Amino acid sequence: MAEFWTDFLWPLILILVKILAFILPLLLAVAYLTYAERKVIAAMHLRKGPNVVGPFGLLQPMADGLKLFIKETVVPTGANPVVFLMAPVVTFTLALVGWAVIPVSEGWVVADINVGILYLFAVSSLGIYGIIMAGWASNSKYAFLGGLRSAAQMVSYEVSIGFIIVTVLLSAGSLNLSQIVRAQSGLWYCIPHFPMFVLFLISALAETNRTPFDLPEAESELVGGYNTEYSAMTFAMFFLGEYANMILMSSLCVILFLGGWLPPIAVAPFTWIPGVIWFALKVSAVLFFYLWARATLPRYRYDQLMRLGWKVFLPMSLGWVVITAVALHLFGWLPPRA
Amino acid sequence: MTAFVFYLFAALAIASGAMVVTARNPVHSVLFLILTFFNVAGLFILLGAEFVAMIMVIVYVGAVAVLFLFVVMMLDIHAVTLREGFTKILPVGAVVALVLFVELALVFGTWLMAPDLDAVRGAPTPAVGELSNTQAIGAVLYTDYVYLFQLAGIVLLVGMIGSIMLTLRARVGVKRQNPRTQANRPLEDCIEVKKVATGKGV
Amino acid sequence: MTTLDRTLRSFLLTELVSGFALTLKYMFKPKVTLNYPYEKGPLSPRFRGEHALRRYPSGEERCIACKLCEAICPAQAITIEAEPRADGSRRTTRYDIDMTKCIYCGLCQEACPVDAIVEGPNFEFATERRAEMIYSKQKLLDNGDRWEAELAMRQEADAPYR
Repeated sequence: MAEFWTDFLWPLILILVKILAFILPLLLAVAYLTYAERKVIAAMHLRKGPNVVGPFGLLQPMADGLKLFIKETVVPTGANPVVFLMAPVVTFTLALVGWAVIPVSEGWVVADINVGILYLFAVSSLGIYGIIMAGWASNSKYAFLGGLRSAAQMVSYEVSIGFIIVTVLLSAGSLNLSQIVRAQSGLWYCIPHFPMFVLFLISALAETNRTPFDLPEAESELVGGYNTEYSAMTFAMFFLGEYANMILMSSLCVILFLGGWLPPIAVAPFTWIPGVIWFALKVSAVLFFYLWARATLPRYRYDQLMRLGWKVFLPMSLGWVVITAVALHLFGWLPPRA
Repeated sequence: MTAFVFYLFAALAIASGAMVVTARNPVHSVLFLILTFFNVAGLFILLGAEFVAMIMVIVYVGAVAVLFLFVVMMLDIHAVTLREGFTKILPVGAVVALVLFVELALVFGTWLMAPDLDAVRGAPTPAVGELSNTQAIGAVLYTDYVYLFQLAGIVLLVGMIGSIMLTLRARVGVKRQNPRTQANRPLEDCIEVKKVATGKGV
Repeated sequence: MTTLDRTLRSFLLTELVSGFALTLKYMFKPKVTLNYPYEKGPLSPRFRGEHALRRYPSGEERCIACKLCEAICPAQAITIEAEPRADGSRRTTRYDIDMTKCIYCGLCQEACPVDAIVEGPNFEFATERRAEMIYSKQKLLDNGDRWEAELAMRQEADAPYR
């Protein structure tokens, strides 16, 4: 019995506590990301944004959540009910599952696996399924078109994201996310790989279906895109999943290019601040860029989007992979074999 | 514990594989296929081959199955009409299955019959624990098998170029926008500022 | 040279950067939001809001039941019934406006020869039930009494342009 306790139950409880310690702040962050989005965009439109519910409107996300929670979930008659209800669950789960390998500080990670970056890449490529299933199961032309657009878009931009990740891998010499961060202790990769950093930011916008690449839910032409037929909790799941994905992509960007939990300069006043605070600050900065882009840029046309992905980003990232490899080899900067 | 997880993944893989064939709705078939891929990836992880598992998910689930799903959703397939020729094709299918089974049996049989092959099979990879399997695969793929690896890449490239050539056709009379000429149009050609006197009109 | 210039510009994303700079600048500008129920924007004297029936300073109602407003109303929202009063003057016995039909075009107040029916400055008259949106003569007269000071001011302000 004691064996059962020490070998099985205790590790299980430990893992569950770890997962909760990640998920609860994450869900809170998602809620306040929606609030931040409304506030930032309002400020850039010379408006004030939500300011009625609670002080400075701080309880607005709770009110929105409660509203979605008590509303009725409508399943259209023509829909395929099982797939229809599975789609938001898939989207939401995948958005949370990716967090298993994100190191928010030295050693603060649920699963420090060897192929962390590949795992994240796999999870983000699965994100298509929630959307494409929603589009198909809704049995509505708007949802279907939105789903198709989204799937094509995410597949296209994943290719360039893959190559961008490869450049970082070449420089860091590891697939483990903590190792990648540690490899940046001298110089953050956003400086030597600056063009790839910009490309990654833009591809991440496309990957998470954010403006200017929000064609899957282009409300002016597709009503609501793939979530046209969704209401109440099912819609809320999509919403949460989408925003959790935004935070996931931002933290991936921070880990790959902005030195993860490392302070900007490793001197006294900066090193006193714990790593998790640095990580949160950097993620917030990247998320602010997301919101900023939404307030600034108009939506792309679909053919322009595809052209950008395949004819601009793909050759550029591929070229940078070659340049990086050659430079690393020529100057003997290759990372030591672990 | 590991045995239990293995049987769970294996049973789910076989069950969802069976559902791929028997599901009435082709879209459901594809979704079950994805579930099969997942379980196979799980089996790879149990084997300690986490790199292969991740590549399995990225390539098969993230790219190939998406294209399957695309095609199946677009096509207007009726399972009932598809099943009409089922009994007619059944013998042919059975023969193919039998051939595959015999081949598999032969492969396993030969490996068992030739003990020195066992050493050959394990030779290229260094011992587990010495290197992570990502590095082991890389070390083998880019040294001993680099030509085969490049050849495989060229085969894929040829396939890609072929499919692009098949669908590429220059249609006449299509009004297509050229982004470069649009962006490069000088401002003077696009707008003209005119002073209009009040009450006079243009 | 221009080609080089343009290529450089497009690779350095100068247009994107200038756009982003503009939105960032606007983020710190003073906001134009009005805290609506507590702050309100100015209204033109010609603003067409809730209807009112006015009276003369003597307290006599202005409406003479000519039915011009009923005739001109494009939404046919006005219903008038008239009878001679005991003193022999022509007055309405019924003057209903269906506010759910009304399109607030202002033609009734243009048509009125005695400035009896007017559209006032009030636009906050939402109700909880549909039935409350059908205004009777009494309701309209009450409105006129309540808003008279403002209605007279508006008429005076607009008079030079009539």
